[in-house]
Amino acid sequence: MTEIPKEEYVLKGTTACAGCSASLSLRYVLKVAGPDTVLVIPASCSSVIQGTYPNTALHIPVYNIAFAAAAACASGMSNAFRELGKKTNVIVYAGDGGTLDIGIQSMSGAFERGTDFLYICYDNEEYGNTGMQRSGATPLGARTTTTPAGKTEEKKDIDAIIAAHNPPYMATACSAFPQDIFKKVKKALSIRGPTFIHILAPCPSGWHYPPGKTIEIGRLAVKTGMWLLYEREYGQVSISSPSKAAMKNPAPLEEFLAPQRRFAGIDPKTVEILKQRIAQNIKRLTKEESGVC
Amino acid sequence: MSGRKRLAMSQPTEGAAGRTGSWRLFRPVIDAEKCNQCGLCQLYCPDAAIDQDLKIDLNYCKGCGICANECPKKAIEMVREEQ
Repeated sequence: MTEIPKEEYVLKGTTACAGCSASLSLRYVLKVAGPDTVLVIPASCSSVIQGTYPNTALHIPVYNIAFAAAAACASGMSNAFRELGKKTNVIVYAGDGGTLDIGIQSMSGAFERGTDFLYICYDNEEYGNTGMQRSGATPLGARTTTTPAGKTEEKKDIDAIIAAHNPPYMATACSAFPQDIFKKVKKALSIRGPTFIHILAPCPSGWHYPPGKTIEIGRLAVKTGMWLLYEREYGQVSISSPSKAAMKNPAPLEEFLAPQRRFAGIDPKTVEILKQRIAQNIKRLTKEESGVC
Repeated sequence: MSGRKRLAMSQPTEGAAGRTGSWRLFRPVIDAEKCNQCGLCQLYCPDAAIDQDLKIDLNYCKGCGICANECPKKAIEMVREEQ
């Protein structure tokens, strides 16, 4: 913990909801990145939490841009900086809508071109900024304002899509483990080329749990295996320590579902499917780590 | 510089959204006797409203209660704001 810098780049008094884990994650991302950084933010909660013109709560240069253009913009920025011989970090901080749904084409393009940048997707599993609508990242059975009876489709596996681009480094993280985020962002920024970090960011307003439980819910997601923490460095998978114990002996999924009202009244059959998926993911990841597939 | 001034560029300011402490319904109160200064509350505060000396900035604390929930010694209590 001593190695985490004391400087804050997310200043006090943002418009983020109480208990927002996206702003908590951003705090640690910017602590690693430091002042020589440009943040590219597509439309998302993060473009709102900066506050209103002429003030901003973020103490580094930020470029707010349209949903579909974030990675394309970062590509140009990164190339311009490298052309000038500057090592400025270019970081995209996008939500799940800006990554899985609307921004996927520009992101895929940037990964294919081998842009030297870090793409962070903070995943609150819904369109939080516009009123908690369903997104590609919403898990099966979760209620949102546009799926009042629970989502009938499964969560899109964005990590597999990114892995297919074969980037030098990609990782998953969770806002309940800030030290883990710190370590992974540090590693990602030290590697040249396109890197990706997928952060699970529990949202008290959309998942409907008391804001004080933000860290607890994130921890339960990892403990139950609903969210697996791992890194993929040049194709080699290594499972992060919080997930290692959880994968051997996952906690019952109900512990994660019960405190959230978005899963209230979930069908037992759906819970069974979720449990099967968890078992499959754990099996697949274990195999990948040992180099079987 | 005059051209630069005309750009719609925001300046970093503390309290860009005003004194967010006014949103608070419950105020965190630290019991100094129970606190062992582990610093977890400071680590998990989404608004960086707790400083390195574990003093809470009540001007900006939104009262989410993460610190009280995560304190291993249960040294933080959420007290209802009386106004």
